[in-house]
Amino acid sequence: MSDGGFTATHDVLVIGGGGAGLRAAIALADADPVLDVAVMSKVYPMRSHTVSAEGGAAGVIAEGDTVEEHIYDTISGSDWLGDQDAIEMFVDEAPRELLRLEHWGCPWSRQPDGHVAVRAFGGMKKMRTWFAADKTGFHMLHALYQTSLKHDDVTRYDEWFVTRLLVDDGRVHGVVAVELMTGRIRAVAAKAVVLATGGCGKVFPFTTNANINTGDGMALAYRAGAPLKDMEFVQYHPTGLPFTGILITEAARAEGGWLLNKDGYRYLQDYDLGTPSPTPVLRSMELGPRDRLSQAFVHEVEKGRTLDSPYGPIVHLDLRHLGAKVIDAKLPFVRELCQKYERIDPVTELVPVRPVVHYMMGGVHTDLDGATPVAGLYAAGETACVSINGANRLGSNSLPECLVFGARAGRAAAEYAATAGPAPAAVAAQAADEERRLEHDLLGRAGTERVSAIRTEMQSTMEESAGIYRTGPSLAKGADTLAELQQRMARVGVADRSRSFNTELVAALELANLLDVAECILRSGLQRQESRGAHQRTDFPARDDETFLTHLLVHREPDGSSRVERLPVTITRWKPGERVYGR
Amino acid sequence: MPDEAGTIGLRVARYRPDTDSEPGWQEYDVPLRREWTVLDALNHVKNEVDPTLSFRWSCRMGICGSCGMDVDGTPRLTCGTFLADFAPGPIRVEPLSNFPVVRDLVVDIDDFIQKLPRVKPWIIRDEEKSVDEGEYLQSPEELDAYKQFSMCINCMLCYAACPVYGLDPDFVGPAAIALAERYDLDSRDQGARERLDVLIEHEGVWGCTFVGECTRVCPKHVDPAGAIQRYKLKAARESVKALLLPRGAR
Repeated sequence: MSDGGFTATHDVLVIGGGGAGLRAAIALADADPVLDVAVMSKVYPMRSHTVSAEGGAAGVIAEGDTVEEHIYDTISGSDWLGDQDAIEMFVDEAPRELLRLEHWGCPWSRQPDGHVAVRAFGGMKKMRTWFAADKTGFHMLHALYQTSLKHDDVTRYDEWFVTRLLVDDGRVHGVVAVELMTGRIRAVAAKAVVLATGGCGKVFPFTTNANINTGDGMALAYRAGAPLKDMEFVQYHPTGLPFTGILITEAARAEGGWLLNKDGYRYLQDYDLGTPSPTPVLRSMELGPRDRLSQAFVHEVEKGRTLDSPYGPIVHLDLRHLGAKVIDAKLPFVRELCQKYERIDPVTELVPVRPVVHYMMGGVHTDLDGATPVAGLYAAGETACVSINGANRLGSNSLPECLVFGARAGRAAAEYAATAGPAPAAVAAQAADEERRLEHDLLGRAGTERVSAIRTEMQSTMEESAGIYRTGPSLAKGADTLAELQQRMARVGVADRSRSFNTELVAALELANLLDVAECILRSGLQRQESRGAHQRTDFPARDDETFLTHLLVHREPDGSSRVERLPVTITRWKPGERVYGR
Repeated sequence: MPDEAGTIGLRVARYRPDTDSEPGWQEYDVPLRREWTVLDALNHVKNEVDPTLSFRWSCRMGICGSCGMDVDGTPRLTCGTFLADFAPGPIRVEPLSNFPVVRDLVVDIDDFIQKLPRVKPWIIRDEEKSVDEGEYLQSPEELDAYKQFSMCINCMLCYAACPVYGLDPDFVGPAAIALAERYDLDSRDQGARERLDVLIEHEGVWGCTFVGECTRVCPKHVDPAGAIQRYKLKAARESVKALLLPRGAR
């Protein structure tokens, strides 16, 4: 872009090629055949983190299940922080989206009569989770990717890393990105942009998330003037493998797995989650919600009833009673992962597990159509916060969320692009600024700080200050450390002078994104002086509906500081009540 | 750190097109830990020793398909390849064969990305059913018929192992053919004829001399060699039919 112009111009540019991004792209292509659509991603689409989702996707289809019950489960699971209009709409549209995936070839597991099978899942009162063995995300992503290939008019920018959204007068007009293969810095104009870049688990040291989950879309939107919502709500999944953090799906418990402490005792019965039964009981014990199960683990550690491992305290997941046949049919990937990464066979041995950062309930603030407050800028999937997940997401709601809101954001972006004008001249100047910043501030600078050192410190700071349980002082201390790390970030140097596939440059850009997202997590966490869902403050142990039945939106001020704003939760028909599991 | 048993040498292929006229080698010593994969060792190098080393990785659990490299002469997912299995070392780590090298351990897989759509890896129907009419029924047995071929993670190990692809870059290649077979065998699909038209061409299945390396290196047991054999039989049947019947009657 040395001529100051744009490499290309599109009507709509989707950033990210995972579940939400590809669903948006297909919705865009279907919405209007003349619309010029492009997908830009820092990885090839089939590498996106949707690929790692295991357990399944919730949608009401089974006889005896009702939309009302899925809505109630999701609202109570969210600890009443989810917006009820969004949840109603989501639950209503999820089954159609899952059926569409079926028509596109997703190999859903089946009942003997050929209908789609459903399984139980945590916090769900009915069996409603569609699954493709225990590789649901993998199969959904490849079905979406392969189906998207039919639309050969959709331009793909594989392995392009977006560094900035171009925004003028409150409207988005495109992006600046690094083409990784060549290292060229490019500006691409678009009337509308859909962010679908996934989550930000790499803010923490121990996570199920892939290396690529660095909060890119959240940070881009935040800097472009869109607020981040409910960032204090970080989901710990109760069952990760101790060293790697590799996810052992909740489906393992849905199929009948037990959580045992060091005495072989099903400890969840001590935490108001029900009484043990040999076979799984819905919304009870091991099928309770993730926030409550991860919190129970911490209490077991405090009571000295966990086991020690080289990587911290663990409990056991017991699948032995399920037998080889069920495990091979329903949980083959779990068996493969345990054998490979723990050298144990769950058919005959106990699986060591501990809670692990898994999912970000918060994200870019959007309305029901994925629209952010920046005109032309949309977000969907884990990047976004509509919000349907509130203070705690239920397992198997995130995959259908990608589909429902990916499609909605795509359709809305198509409509917007049809009426939006071309980029004003000021935007080209912004693009040139960004090119200079990348060239001089990062690639050309001999810095004194290393990316990996700052990243490690950020991760341990976040674990110490904003883990399963937090306090005002822990969050405040974390925020101080992060402020220091931000200053050190300004002195980071990129030793790699090479243009082609410079992964050190990418790591530096990702770290800058992670630091901004981490700051927002702590900022919101400090502000929310109550305990709700995944945000547990030991200094404010009770839920406080009087003061905090509200979303928190973190805005970035022009001077780089942040400002927190409140937005009331939308309540339609379900008055805030007690979350009851197992009784 | 637990289970540390000294160090092991990594002999890593390096190539930076901006500065290097040809690829070279660089040696690193890394801790030999029981839990560590080759990918963990490369990340140790990247984070602690040499930030300029470039390689792709993401999920570190064998499902995203990013981290395929040639380890001691065999294409493997580095996230599933343990250092201890190569003790005392050194371990040779190179970019996947048969692809142009972009940089260090990063190869250009654009050829596969371009070829994949040619085999039409999506559900093809004479008449599409509306979503309102519900799902296509598919029995567990019908699902089993194609399931194995749906497990491909596009990791490119089979292309790196395929001697035919190495000699003839126009060959469609193992993974793409396996994915074509995946849709052919899907009871919901009616596109087998269209795919056969593509694969019956010179650069389709006939390129394969059935070495079987693709199946041997596949980390997901997809058996691309089996898929290619099935296509050859189908193609042979079609050519016999073409000899015996006028085109319209086929």
